[in-house]
Amino acid sequence: MGLTYQSTGTLTTREAFNVPASDNQPVIALAGNPNTGKSTVFNALTGLRQHTGNWPGKTVLQTKGTFIHNGRKYTLVDLPGTYSLLANSIDEQVARDFICFAQPEATIVVVDATCLERNLNLALQVIEITNRVVLCVNLMDEARRKQLRIEINGLSKALGIPVVATAARSKEGLPELLDITCKVVSKQLEPNPKAVRYSPEVEEAISRLEPQIKALFGNSINPRWVALRLLDGDMNLIKNLKKYHHRERIKAAREAFA
Amino acid sequence: MAGSTTLNDVPVGSRALVTGVKADGLTRRRLLDLGLVPGTRVEVVRRSPVGDPIAFNIRGAVIALRHEESSKVTVTSI
Repeated sequence: MGLTYQSTGTLTTREAFNVPASDNQPVIALAGNPNTGKSTVFNALTGLRQHTGNWPGKTVLQTKGTFIHNGRKYTLVDLPGTYSLLANSIDEQVARDFICFAQPEATIVVVDATCLERNLNLALQVIEITNRVVLCVNLMDEARRKQLRIEINGLSKALGIPVVATAARSKEGLPELLDITCKVVSKQLEPNPKAVRYSPEVEEAISRLEPQIKALFGNSINPRWVALRLLDGDMNLIKNLKKYHHRERIKAAREAFA
Repeated sequence: MAGSTTLNDVPVGSRALVTGVKADGLTRRRLLDLGLVPGTRVEVVRRSPVGDPIAFNIRGAVIALRHEESSKVTVTSI
């Protein structure tokens, strides 16, 4: 019995993203708006000295590092800072394709505590793709200086995902972030994000598309999310669906006959 | 009182309330993602020397928009 499509699926896609295809080294992605301190969180967790800087496109080439927590090795991928996963810049495509096709075991969405409102747009888009999300409310030191109080528990309840307050510069909250993220990876903790509901017309269209998408792609990609993108007329996603899934099928077929 | 205009016509230092986005496809998506949804208060922070782009304070972040983008956002003065 060769390797099946099911058993090779995510692994081959990961190779396309240059992330080691190994079962025992889970992959964690770091997503977030620009200037929320993603790279600072990345450096603090991996102990790397990746360059931090404040200009657009600094992290277009995604950087990766590793860290060890409780005896297990994890790969951490720093995605480019974006406001959205839906528009069309290269950064957004990189971030979107990674979360969607490489399917990290967990995604940490880093948000700026001092302007949560504008940051939550991205968080909501990420939880539409995957339920394995941890929200990292960073820059808590800045928020305190501005006398902002953030109700972490309330936020967690409203979104249905774990939320951790951090100040990455001074390493505040990072041990907890690691703990919770690793629990999401090991499925000790299964976030149950509150899906955004759309108008009845849109929901009706989604329910008609979903089964067909499921038939095509199985569980390798979130069918509700693909349905939404199709309704959005997102040609780019269609192109990439072809690219990544075609690649997987070829590889699976090759391995089956090897 | 509330005159309806587009974001590029709002004078520096004053505020306006977004009423809609007259664009579609990716431009629309982009503007909405930046936080320019109906009901958002926007402050005009400064204008570049040649008048384009213009910097706006949108939901806590200062973002510069080109004329071709800001002219798509309809606003009323507040």
